[in-house]
Amino acid sequence: MLANLTALLSTTLRMATPLILAALGGMFSERSGVINIALEGIMLIGAFTAMAGSYFFSPWIGVLAAVIVGMIIAAAHALVSISFRADQIVSGTAINIFAAGITGFLLRLIFGDAGQSPSVQDVGTWKIPFIKDIPVIGGVFGEQIPFVYIALIMVGVSYWILFKTPFGLRIRSVGEHPAAADSVGINVIGMRYIAVIMSGFFAGLAGASLSVGLLDLFVKNMSSGRGFIALAAMIFGRWTPQGAMLAALLFGFADALQMLAQTIGLTFVPRQFLLMAPYILTILALTGVIGRSTPPAADGDPYIKEEV
Amino acid sequence: MVDKNISERKAKYLQKQRLVDLIVPIIAIIAGLIVGAIFMLIIGAEPIKAYIVLWNSSFGSLRGFGEMLVNTVPLIFTGLAVAFGFKIGLFNIGGDGQFLVSYLAAAYIGYMFQLPMYIHLPFALVAGIIAGGVWGGIAGYLKAKLGIHEVITTIMFNYIALHLVGYLVGGPLKAEGPLPATPKIFDTAKLPRFVPNMRIHYGIFLALAVAVLIYYILWKTTFGYEVRATGQNPDAAQFGGINVARNMVLAMFISGALAGLAGSTQALGLEYRAYQPFGFVGYGFTGIAVALVGKGHPVGVVLGALLFGVLSRGAMMMQSMVGVPKEVIEIIQAIIIMFIASEYIFKYLARKWRERKGGVADAS
Amino acid sequence: MASGNNLAVEMKGITKRFPGVIANDRVDFELEKGEIHALLGENGAGKTTLMNCLYGFLNADEGEIFINNKKVEVTDPNVAINHGIGMVHQHFMLVPPFTVTENIVLGKEPTENNMIDYKTANQNVRDISKQYGLNVEPTAKVQDISVGMQQRVEILKALYRGADILILDEPTAVLTPQEVEELVKIMESLTDEGKSIIFITHKLKEVQSIADRVTVIRSGKLIDTVKTDTVTTNELANMMVGREVILEVEKEEANPGEVVLEVEDLYAKNDRDLMALNGTSFSVKRGEILGIAGVDGNGQTELTEVLTGLRKKEKGTIKFKGREITKPQTKRLFEEGISHIPEDRQKRGLIMEFKLYENLILGRHDRKPYASGLNLNNKKIKEEARRLIKEYDIRTPSETVQAKSLSGGNQQKLIIAREFDRKPDLLIAAQPTRGIDVGAIEYIHNSLIGQRDNNKAILLISLELDEILSLSDRVAVIYEGKIVDILDIEDATEEKLGLMMAGAESEEVKGGGQVG
Repeated sequence: MLANLTALLSTTLRMATPLILAALGGMFSERSGVINIALEGIMLIGAFTAMAGSYFFSPWIGVLAAVIVGMIIAAAHALVSISFRADQIVSGTAINIFAAGITGFLLRLIFGDAGQSPSVQDVGTWKIPFIKDIPVIGGVFGEQIPFVYIALIMVGVSYWILFKTPFGLRIRSVGEHPAAADSVGINVIGMRYIAVIMSGFFAGLAGASLSVGLLDLFVKNMSSGRGFIALAAMIFGRWTPQGAMLAALLFGFADALQMLAQTIGLTFVPRQFLLMAPYILTILALTGVIGRSTPPAADGDPYIKEEV
Repeated sequence: MVDKNISERKAKYLQKQRLVDLIVPIIAIIAGLIVGAIFMLIIGAEPIKAYIVLWNSSFGSLRGFGEMLVNTVPLIFTGLAVAFGFKIGLFNIGGDGQFLVSYLAAAYIGYMFQLPMYIHLPFALVAGIIAGGVWGGIAGYLKAKLGIHEVITTIMFNYIALHLVGYLVGGPLKAEGPLPATPKIFDTAKLPRFVPNMRIHYGIFLALAVAVLIYYILWKTTFGYEVRATGQNPDAAQFGGINVARNMVLAMFISGALAGLAGSTQALGLEYRAYQPFGFVGYGFTGIAVALVGKGHPVGVVLGALLFGVLSRGAMMMQSMVGVPKEVIEIIQAIIIMFIASEYIFKYLARKWRERKGGVADAS
Repeated sequence: MASGNNLAVEMKGITKRFPGVIANDRVDFELEKGEIHALLGENGAGKTTLMNCLYGFLNADEGEIFINNKKVEVTDPNVAINHGIGMVHQHFMLVPPFTVTENIVLGKEPTENNMIDYKTANQNVRDISKQYGLNVEPTAKVQDISVGMQQRVEILKALYRGADILILDEPTAVLTPQEVEELVKIMESLTDEGKSIIFITHKLKEVQSIADRVTVIRSGKLIDTVKTDTVTTNELANMMVGREVILEVEKEEANPGEVVLEVEDLYAKNDRDLMALNGTSFSVKRGEILGIAGVDGNGQTELTEVLTGLRKKEKGTIKFKGREITKPQTKRLFEEGISHIPEDRQKRGLIMEFKLYENLILGRHDRKPYASGLNLNNKKIKEEARRLIKEYDIRTPSETVQAKSLSGGNQQKLIIAREFDRKPDLLIAAQPTRGIDVGAIEYIHNSLIGQRDNNKAILLISLELDEILSLSDRVAVIYEGKIVDILDIEDATEEKLGLMMAGAESEEVKGGGQVG
């Protein structure tokens, strides 16, 4: 029973990790006023890049490459949706379709397989001295894939950036009232670019956590909706890092429960119901059944400075 | 007083804008094909050859043409779904979820009941329409009553549909045997096929008829007027006595029903049962591309659906005949969407160019 | 550049074009150090555009800008801020969920270890507000404080950035007369400290009472810059509109008939869920114009919206043609004979992307002859549109162009055509002449009088006291959602109304009037 509990919590943490990272990315983007549904596609590309990096060089080079490529794809989203004033949803959709295409294309081209890549080296695990010896807690936090620790640290860092630094105040002002930010000389377009590119950093990292963290290979369309669940976690967590983390943990718990139930043969709740839970909870959160969450005021609006 | 002098130039300017409306999709398609060609060159394939294969796979034989139309049917519906949503100012990104619930609903009616065809088939179609409509209508309701962004809700409902249908088909509604699918539907619920030994079914005529119907609704009826007014300016629409909330719910119901028809026709015309989904087929997302290429006009949507029907038909053939991975088509699709979405930049460049050519006088 | 003069700002030959208009045409402007300089012009004359060029929000197409005798390329607001310019916009540039301090320091935050030093920031805000006598609470959220307070935050924002030159864009539009007085005091204390102030306005009286000098702009062109004590109000008015302002609209004596609209003890909330109408009562008769005067934000918008079914009432009765309307619904009200010229034609009045003929049926698009059953009768709709375009003198190449291609005045005529053609019993005109040229204003004023003489009841809600005085037969003054008093036009002087608009009871006004 205790072993099951430890396994459940440990899996929760692992399953939540990509969600936390991607949700942080979505949060920076949306706090600046740009909706980024391309998280899903960027994660997928990040996962592929990390795998390829590990295949040709080493897992950590793969992670680095995933982050860089993530930022490049995000920059494309920024260019199209901020500078070209394309609909942010449409641009995000295009990136998601592109991601499915390019990763499938390269998978076939490099590995000649349509379904999945060969196994590559993953980043392994980190052991935390002392903590790993505490019962239960040690089993959950003592030895995990590095991404788990990175994600938890990133939550703190993001909180600090967003709420304690001038940069964070400016990001938020740009997402709430861009004209006001502009009037005090803040470069609205520039801030939005930075925020969207930051979201690419996080989504790329989230993708890497899938292919060289949770698994040690790339599977076609392996992000399988996690980008959208991350979006849900961000909304459920009211656009704050700590809230997004808690929501991601909750969603990760549902996922872990579903996996555990399958392995030990528990069928009291159909697994699909657990898989659905995050989405239903998010809708409920938005309707105000579980406390109302409201987005930044200028979320999704392009900033048009001069009437042209 | 009709005054020719005051606004003649403005009218001309607007006409030019309309021209841009037509040119942008064409540029986008060309750009998509060029980018696709570059990817083909990277892997050492010959783009010209590949594109000839692409063309011939749809237009080289009757069979190919029929198969292309089979691909086109669901895209007309999901394209219309997105386009209709656009008209009232809502972005229905939930076509895939609406597709799935209707797919199952139609199949369910198809195998659960035994009725004469003239009742059974419409019954199954209506069930699909209601299922998809409700799935979309909920998002419309949440938008109208609580102001919740429909993009978020329709995304969430996509996944709820995926898992719900997965559960039902895998569990309570599963047919005997190893296949994760419902039982087969009765012949009386099938959309008939009209060319011997080919899969093309009456769904194509249904799709074209629905496209005409949507055109009629939008531009020839008071409801269509209200939908367009609400989409362009909800405040003014409300001021004009239009019940904005009700129209939003209704429009999202219709949008969902349209996407649902893609699912129903798939079940009733092609697969004759509902299979357990392992992910989204993506008709809903491709519908966005179709609606964009078609500029939200039903005629444009039909043309856009044909384009993507040809592309997806060609994707399979290009892979088997010239070794171009079929994912190239997804890349082309993404590029087309990006270009159309970036229309502003074209208009901007076009104006800059005109200004430079016409001097400053044009701006005054 | 001649040295040794005392100029804070000099703008030379500024030209700014927008597609289809020249907003500023070779405008020159000078601001002396330590003066209050009014920039006067009608709505749309190009005042704000000129100041946006100075502040770097817009980039002028031609012309030069000198700040403190140095030529400056003001490419964006940062440049202006660095040269000591601060701007208080008409629509406040404040982030509602941020605190007062956060709004003030935004973009120039004091930091410690890369973090915002809120302690220092709050202290800075307190210090400056004390120095200039602007009382604000640094930790209050902007969304929770009053409009007058928000304006102070805007001024503090500029001062915090070390502004020596302040641009105030229509600062009095949202204020009560008392708040205006306080603002004037603040402005004076600022100039005493050596600051220079430009204030943009279209109100003649303010120019005379507040400013040292005035620059008048008309249709994007500079008319003149003069000392305020060398001109009369009438002369200024002439400069502003280019001819004598006809303050008195030609009209016959009203011949009021039976009561058409009776409002009693009406309560309604605003968007922020606060009570905006607090027991409003009045009535309008056939053949008269009842003007509702008041400072912006005293319930006018809510009143219009309740009467047209766009907002729900909390309490009170509305009787229309003798029958009580318990649950006002826009559609029903229209069908029963209420027409409405909305205060914001682009937001509410028209669908800019729609063609003229589509706009002309809005609100009766589902009725004969425009519709039969569920179908639109497009042929008939276009026919009717052509008739209305002719009848109401709408300048357009045809009925099939989009509304956005028309000028502001013609757009307003489009609305008037649609609303008058309904043959209403009651016409609610909210700010019917906002932002349109003088010719169109005159046309609209005459049409309203025409409707009155045609035995319609007209409710005119306007922020322009002149408009109220020249059109109304009776004037009701609204203050904090209540009608203070209703005066016959003969008794309504500007002074009296002004005091009542500030909330003084009419008895006090009468007493006060004798003393003053």
